[in-house]
Amino acid sequence: MAAGAGEAVVGCFRSMLAAVGLRGQPGAVEVQGSTGGMPGKVGDEGGPAVSHDLNIEGISKYFGPVQALAGVTFTVKAGEFVTLLGPSGCGKTTLLRIIAGFERSDEGHVRLGERLLDDLPANRRPVNTVFQSYALFPHLSVYANIAFGLRARHFAAAEVDKRVEFGLGMLQLDGLAERYPHQLSGGQKQRVALARALVNEPEVLLLDEPMSALDAKLRAEVQIEMRRLQRKLGKTFILVTHDQDEAMTVSDRILVMNQGRIEQIGTSSEVYEKPRNRFVAEFLGAANLIPAELVGPRTVQTALGMLELRADPRWERGTLAIHPERIEARRTPPKSNGVRVRVKDAVYRGDHVELLVEPGPLRVQAVPGINFEIGERLWLELPAERLEVLLD
Amino acid sequence: MSERRKIHPVVTMLALPSLLLLYLPLVAVAVYSVNSARIGLVWEGFTLRWYRELLHNEAMLDAARNTMILGLVSTAIATVLGTLLALGLARFPWPKPIARTLDVIVDLPVVTPDIIFAAAMVIAFSMLRSLWAGFVPGMLAMVIGHVTFQISFVALVVRSRLVLIGPTLMEAGRDLYASSFYLFRKVTLPLLLPAIVAGAMLAFTLSLDDFVISFFTAGPKSNTLPILIYSAQRRGLSPQIHAISTLIVILTVALVLGLERFTRYRKA
Repeated sequence: MAAGAGEAVVGCFRSMLAAVGLRGQPGAVEVQGSTGGMPGKVGDEGGPAVSHDLNIEGISKYFGPVQALAGVTFTVKAGEFVTLLGPSGCGKTTLLRIIAGFERSDEGHVRLGERLLDDLPANRRPVNTVFQSYALFPHLSVYANIAFGLRARHFAAAEVDKRVEFGLGMLQLDGLAERYPHQLSGGQKQRVALARALVNEPEVLLLDEPMSALDAKLRAEVQIEMRRLQRKLGKTFILVTHDQDEAMTVSDRILVMNQGRIEQIGTSSEVYEKPRNRFVAEFLGAANLIPAELVGPRTVQTALGMLELRADPRWERGTLAIHPERIEARRTPPKSNGVRVRVKDAVYRGDHVELLVEPGPLRVQAVPGINFEIGERLWLELPAERLEVLLD
Repeated sequence: MSERRKIHPVVTMLALPSLLLLYLPLVAVAVYSVNSARIGLVWEGFTLRWYRELLHNEAMLDAARNTMILGLVSTAIATVLGTLLALGLARFPWPKPIARTLDVIVDLPVVTPDIIFAAAMVIAFSMLRSLWAGFVPGMLAMVIGHVTFQISFVALVVRSRLVLIGPTLMEAGRDLYASSFYLFRKVTLPLLLPAIVAGAMLAFTLSLDDFVISFFTAGPKSNTLPILIYSAQRRGLSPQIHAISTLIVILTVALVLGLERFTRYRKA
């Protein structure tokens, strides 16, 4: 779909909602008390008039003796696209489930603006989730799936209809309303899951690895589409993934998580270019880690020889990181930070040549064009401004 | 379509006698139910006379009525209780050891021999009679007896479906603003319905065919068809017994076929 058309559809969606008066009116989300035995109201804590920052304040969670989250604190600004990135078991999904209200934290608070969400059950939080397996209701049509959240709050049929229609349009699902989930492709299911969440106009949309079930090509398209959708809607999106490319493609900021802790928070380029520690450096872009010892002002001794740094590290012994594509391979000695190495392995990758060299071993991505022979001796330049000093 | 696999002759040689062994008695009963000979095993021509006579046999009609009342009432109660039991077992965050114990307790009536169960019922009711005189052998005791073993079967069927559905759809419903009641009505119940119907049909079939528990808990006025057939058999075979037996077999087969239809899980 062309960007212009998408904009038109989404713009239409927003103005329509404004026209029906669904945004910013607490009354609109009140239950009209038609079903016996239902507790009073749903979402009566005030409608999404203004967007709020989501504050995660010292969240800890234990599963028996296992600590899944260890005092996680951060803020997601209203309208921001934040990704929780980390290996499986790092606590990212648990954190998402705590925000959604499926799990309770053992310590800490979740706050949306000034409002404490801790004691609100999942069905009363202005937060919606796109599940990893989509979790579409198999017994309901696409239309009824998307309408579920609206009908559960007893919106008038006409309003439900308008919102669902716009949801279908926004995610290019026109003509699929009468289908059932088992009649949809993976990509279509994913878009239904997105529409089902977004028609509720949540303040925060949570996405639990929503692209893991798609094939690589479709995933790349969906990532771009997701980013565009988020920008248009201006909603807060929180994505959970273990895929660093996906995280860097879609996010305003990335939270790198490991073992229930946040290792680093920053923009894609910050966490990639300026990793704080070994975990982040290795997890994003598989950087080379070089143990080093401080021997003089801005000079360290490593297995590769003496290297110059931009600034003095804060340690006596520590680690340097450099991404493979930041190392320059050449046949003549560079002016500074030159290292004499021998090629152990060379793999042609089309847009670059992947070298494995000794000592190190170091991984280097060199521009193709030069033919590297295995066993050949080369010079590498490890530019001082590309050598990141890690904290550990 | 999957390709047709060759069947080894030994399989056929084993299967045919087994099927004969299983179905020959049933077929024999059906054949004699339309044999005009009153006594003996000689074929004397086709007749529906015994079926017509059934309609005028008061004891038989009474027993049929009792069987139906017992079956329907006990099934209705057991279906509700069994479903609730399955939901409670699956949903409540029981600690692991307790969950395991509960599973065993629920499954126990399925594997307990009927006769043990029935004897236990007799003892239980005689003890309960000291509390309330209403616990005499009869319809009430039979309904309670049947419900007691039916619950396990219903719970078993419903629980396996709950496990199949998994917790994510319920979370999705919650996430989409559904209250507990709305979630049950719009998600849990529709998804469980095939299992609930299957469980109910299984329970009804079991009640219909039950002899042992009925026999031990029945009162003088609450003969069911299995009990009637048993006592009639002792007086000698009657073609009417063949006729009613055939009808019960047909009803059971119909229920089992219906059950088959409902247990097939439509996958999303």
